[in-house]
Amino acid sequence: MTETRLFLLQRISALVLAPMVILHLVVILYATRAGLSAEAILARTGSTPLWPVFYALFVVAAAVHAPIGLRNILREWTPLSRGVTDWLSLGFGVVLLVLGLRAVWAVSGWAA
Amino acid sequence: MSDTVQTPTAEPGGSGIKTLEVQIWRGGAEGAFETFSVPRRDNQTVLDVVTEVQRHHVPDLAYRFACRVGVCGSCAMTVNGTPRWTCRTHVGKVAGDGKLSIAPLRNLPVIRDLVTDMGEFFDKWTKAGGKFTGTRSRAEPMAEVDPTSRARRNADAGIECINCAVCYSACDVVSWDKDYLGPAALNRAWTLLNDSRHAAQNETLAAATAHGGCGSCHTQGSCMRACPVGISPTRSIAGIKRMSLLDFLGMRRS
Repeated sequence: MTETRLFLLQRISALVLAPMVILHLVVILYATRAGLSAEAILARTGSTPLWPVFYALFVVAAAVHAPIGLRNILREWTPLSRGVTDWLSLGFGVVLLVLGLRAVWAVSGWAA
Repeated sequence: MSDTVQTPTAEPGGSGIKTLEVQIWRGGAEGAFETFSVPRRDNQTVLDVVTEVQRHHVPDLAYRFACRVGVCGSCAMTVNGTPRWTCRTHVGKVAGDGKLSIAPLRNLPVIRDLVTDMGEFFDKWTKAGGKFTGTRSRAEPMAEVDPTSRARRNADAGIECINCAVCYSACDVVSWDKDYLGPAALNRAWTLLNDSRHAAQNETLAAATAHGGCGSCHTQGSCMRACPVGISPTRSIAGIKRMSLLDFLGMRRS
């Protein structure tokens, strides 16, 4: 994976994330303002495959985007070697991906 | 050039002050500031002050200059904390309180006093793909470049760089990341990427986007603010980023 590829992946994942973050925030504000209970929310997220698909894409984009930025920060601000920053960032990406997809699975209602 | 010719009376901060308190860096990386008293004169530049200190106080003071008129790019130093061409900086502009601190350029190894080793700066120029590769011999007709084309105007905006390293010294990313190629080298790459005569387009783009290339820039704009000829390397670097994205998507022009 070249630096150029990583740079472009980060930009492209940002393009994907930007509208998704906005929609995510709008939905959160709507759900809490409307006073929906947790059960009601879970019933809605499980009612259509649209929400699990939306959040699965969200999680993947975030898991690509965040570790690349974290890697740059580690390289500029810590004395860690390039190999160490690569592995730390990759590990962070895997953690984001696993935790995120696990949450998506839980709200999808497919496990039930 | 932003400096205008100033009459003695019009110089800001010039009235009243008879003597300048000048701190000059002595030694290498390990060193200290030494203080000198230098008479305040009309139309005095910071380079004049350094020269006066060398002639009348410390004959062994090491510093670089050549043209004295902002053409050669060899006299850049850190003046009151900011990288500047000393030859084109009037004392009245920077030392209204009569105090001057003159240090070598930041981000480059100090050889002695005000002289830095600019080797890495020029090496990175080449590393960013800054070497021109022509295709025509002198027997062939000259290449025609449309002066109104977008590429020519992009190149125009960055072409006046004289390698003074003021931007390199102003850049925080350079101080954090020794592999970062820096604003001047990437600006050079951008002018070549907009030069239709340059044959090694793909090589230059690959070099300018590799590790330490345009992806490391934080778009802070320190280079743009410090550049004595008003170039915006920030804009040039953004251009390379855009070009690399278009190249990746197979939408790059030319």
